[in-house]
Amino acid sequence: MRGIQLSFSNTQKLRLEKALAQLGSFSSKLNSNATVIVADKIPVDEDAALKGHGTLEMGNDVVASVCGVVERVNKLVYVRPLRARYKPEIGDIIVGRVIEVAPKRWRLEINFSQDAVLMLSSMNLPDGIQRRRTAVDELNMRSIFVENDVICAEVRGFQHDGSLHLQARSQKYGKLERGKLLKIPPYLVKRRKQHFHHLDQYGVDLIFGCNGLIWVGEHVDVKDAMVEDQVNKSDPQNTHSSSLPGSSEEPTDTPLERRQYICRIANAITVFSALGFMVNLDSIMETVTLSLSLNLGVHEMLEAEFHVRVAEQEAERRSTSKRRR
Amino acid sequence: MEYVNPEGLRLDGRRPMEMRQLRAEIGVVSRADGSASFEMGNTKVIAAVYGPREVQNRSQQMNDQALVRCEYSMANFSTGDRRRKTKGDRRSTEISLVIRQTMEACILTHLMPRSQIDIYVQVLQADGGTRSACINAATLALADAGIPMRDLVTSCSAGYLNSTPLLDLNYLEDSAGGADVTVGILPKLDKVTLLQMDAKLPMDIFENVMQLAVEGCKAVESHIREILLENAQTLVIRQGYGS
Repeated sequence: MRGIQLSFSNTQKLRLEKALAQLGSFSSKLNSNATVIVADKIPVDEDAALKGHGTLEMGNDVVASVCGVVERVNKLVYVRPLRARYKPEIGDIIVGRVIEVAPKRWRLEINFSQDAVLMLSSMNLPDGIQRRRTAVDELNMRSIFVENDVICAEVRGFQHDGSLHLQARSQKYGKLERGKLLKIPPYLVKRRKQHFHHLDQYGVDLIFGCNGLIWVGEHVDVKDAMVEDQVNKSDPQNTHSSSLPGSSEEPTDTPLERRQYICRIANAITVFSALGFMVNLDSIMETVTLSLSLNLGVHEMLEAEFHVRVAEQEAERRSTSKRRR
Repeated sequence: MEYVNPEGLRLDGRRPMEMRQLRAEIGVVSRADGSASFEMGNTKVIAAVYGPREVQNRSQQMNDQALVRCEYSMANFSTGDRRRKTKGDRRSTEISLVIRQTMEACILTHLMPRSQIDIYVQVLQADGGTRSACINAATLALADAGIPMRDLVTSCSAGYLNSTPLLDLNYLEDSAGGADVTVGILPKLDKVTLLQMDAKLPMDIFENVMQLAVEGCKAVESHIREILLENAQTLVIRQGYGS
């Protein structure tokens, strides 16, 4: 089993197997037929079918070029890969790490097949004012982001030369501080309307990067405005946050309790990705609540027993959602 | 020495056209994009694939296709006598090249321009046929990494000893000095991507031996496909499609 290197006791093993078997019974028969592996023939009804990603034409047949699930949209036939690196789409919210400060741009590692580029001109400067970037700004780039900073941004698109460009045109994007970065397989993060989450009861911010990097950090006030776009805000002074460099406010220490919450949420996500389940806010919060109700310490969440519990909970959750339908 | 006894059994008790036991596992290296271990009898190799990722050496970057790199190494404890192997010796350089060329033939490199794919294969136990085992493991790892491929390359070796064609030679048979034919094929396309032989054979016998190796490749293919499909189905279930 990928990612799980734990010693389960016999009963735990049985319980885990049972829970996973239960999960297997939920996926419909139709879908198990749609699973293909490399070079499997994909049945197409008519000749006019459009061949999408993950397919190849071989003689008269359409075959899969990756292991995945066949999807059909009208005439389009494509294979969604089950395991692959992140593939950016315009508008994706991603978390990345700065690896290089280059002239007028930062290079970011985002788990894609190439590094992403964040131009100085495609981001709002921390002072929040829309204006031309001057040579002075260019010299001060290191005061905004330096190497190894963790950054949240949005995918802007591919340039003509094939490079991937990002943008950070809102106060909700930018440097992430005082938190924990998690790397999970990108296929476990689904694209949703909302990728920024403020968990009020814990005082924690949660960012699900589409590229499989997940940020769990202390709540930063500016992100109160993340629901609606704040570009047109009349008073830019209020959008300043303590985390932004150059602001006068001194960041205070993160209280211990909050740090524990951060770690608890992070561990919940780690358990989920180890079990190979889709990560979303509801299930993560349920897992955190479960761990709290069991009175588990933060480190105990990574033990075998909790993995089994989470698998059982997921089976339960999917069965109820199935019944509801 | 007698490699096939009068009853028609080989040194390890197999029939001439019998393969060793195959065992494959997917997802053995947690940090890699794709990984697999592959066993043929006592030969055991592990392969890890990283990428497609940013090209490390800018001058090697290609604007129309991906760069495929391969590194083959043998663990010190893999052979009968423990010996320290230098990293860049001729044998491992050659096998790296062979694996790279074989895999490059099936990867759709044009879909991943300006990137590189690294394949690392390591032999954990060597008992003949490491070349084929490495190729099979690399195929599995590439499929696991979700890298688009034309077909699954599979490989198998065959030899000719005591005037009998033998399938899937082990170390003793391999070092007997007879011919050793390693074949890699694309089973669905019915094409040969790798053919190596390190001795001489008459034409008609060679054809028989090669045919035997191709049959072996097909047997490997059906095993690999089973493993991959099973793995794909568990992934589907875990991710919860259709539920």
